[in-house]
Parts: sequence; structure tokens; C-alpha cells
Amino acid sequence: MAALEPGEVVAEKTYQLTRDALVRYAGASGDFNPIHYRDDVARSVGLDGVLAHGMLTMGVAVQPVIEWLGRRGTVLDYQVRFTKPVLVDPADGATVTVVAKVGVLTDDGARIDLTVTFNGATVLGKAQVLVALAAA
Amino acid sequence: MNPELQGREFPPTAPYLVGREKVREFAKAVFSTSDLNFDPAAAKAAGYTDVVAPPTFAVVVQESTLAQLLAAPDAGIDFSRVVHGDQRFTYTRPIVAGDELTARLTVSSVKSLGAHSMVTAESSITDASGDHVVTAISTLVVRGDE
Repeated sequence: MAALEPGEVVAEKTYQLTRDALVRYAGASGDFNPIHYRDDVARSVGLDGVLAHGMLTMGVAVQPVIEWLGRRGTVLDYQVRFTKPVLVDPADGATVTVVAKVGVLTDDGARIDLTVTFNGATVLGKAQVLVALAAA
Repeated sequence: MNPELQGREFPPTAPYLVGREKVREFAKAVFSTSDLNFDPAAAKAAGYTDVVAPPTFAVVVQESTLAQLLAAPDAGIDFSRVVHGDQRFTYTRPIVAGDELTARLTVSSVKSLGAHSMVTAESSITDASGDHVVTAISTLVVRGDE
């Protein structure tokens, strides 16, 4: 692969998180907190409605990086801060956009910084993926 | 929250056997398109023993350690007030189907911020040989009375 430059966008993708996707993630992960599928429960704890699991947003947000990496590397470290909830409309779901940029180059790869947005606001802070890249 | 939790180490969890179908189910749920997550032949061709789990799959194994923390009788954590603040995974190698994983939780810090408290829980996950696979670190915010 060509040498990476800090600031370079390596991947960009949009995901539609529907209520179905939340139920699927609940089953796959074992996280059955009802605020992720019941509006009445979500409202009873002061939320505007059902939210996506933070771990679903985190799990999805790294996928464009995995696709970009292919066989050329692996993820060494992945961290996020959950800064804003993703409210999932029962009919329309939530549209989440991921932009992955080279943050800094490291000895054996790079730190990829993710910008993850929903409704015009960033929902994950300090979302960083440290990847090791196989030598070309 | 009980400040004396800081530094506490919990007993290892019962071994978690990573199943191929569980990896596929999880991979589908996080919108993965990687054949390494679904196709054992592709994973083997890439040098793995079986399908590879997505990076956030470790949360499934970590979950039982967070349950230990929330259930600790002297922790004083009200689950209904817990908000996930941040999350990190630091890998030595990817998780693959067939791994038998054990997690050990250490409470690395307990802090108070006004009415709220923050607890950082670090779960070290090792394989059947005792070798490190991944450390999962969560910071949980426990909201106090407003």
C-alpha cells in the first residue's frame, strides 16, 4: 500500500441502525437492558426513547477500518468514549456515519481516528484504533 | 460507591468457550463484512485456527466480570444509575473460535465527581494456556442524586 499520510481519510461509511439491529445485537451480545428495545422503560429513566447500545455503535464504527485493512493488518487497540446517545426511531432507525482518518503513524502501523456522527453530532469521543500493518 | 473497591481483584470467571456460530452471530450484529469472521477456510488461509472474532467481541467475555462487580455486596453500585463512560480493548492477539477464555477483573480506580462516581474496571482475558489475549477496560459512571 502507498505510504499513509496523517489526515488522510482511509474509509467512510454510513450505517442504518434500526430497532431490528438493536434486537439482533442484544441477542448476539447478551446485553438485554430494556432501554435498548422498550420506549416505556427508556422514558421511565428520563430518556427520549430507545437508544442504541453504546457497544453496538462502537462495534459498528470499527468495521470500515477492518474493511480497509483487509489482510494487511490487525487491530491492536481500540478505544472510545461514549459522549452522546444514539436515539433510534421505531420506524426510521438512526443513520450513523463513520469517517476514519489517519491520526498518527506508528513504528509498525498507524493510529486511525474515527469521527462517528448521528444527527449532525459526534457520538463517540476519542475514538481511536491502533493498527499494525504488515510490511509492504 | 465504596472507595475501598479501588485495587480489588476478583476471582477468575468460569472459562468461556468461543463458539464459531457465536462469532458469526456477533459479527453479523455489528455489520461485519469480513470473511475472516464468517468463513473458517478463509480464516485458516490467513493463518488463524478458525473464524476470527470482531474487535469488540471481548465484551461478551468481559460482561461476566462486570456482573461480579455490580453484584459485590459492599460495592454500593445501583445498576439502574450506571452509564457506560468509555471502553477500551488492548489485544495481544485476536480472539478465534475454539478459544477457552478466562477473565480476571481488577478495579483500577474509583473516583468521585460531585454527586457522581466513576469506576474503572480492567478485565484481563487469557486463553487455556494462560497466555494473555486481550484486556478490556470499562469506565462506568454511577449517577448520584441530582
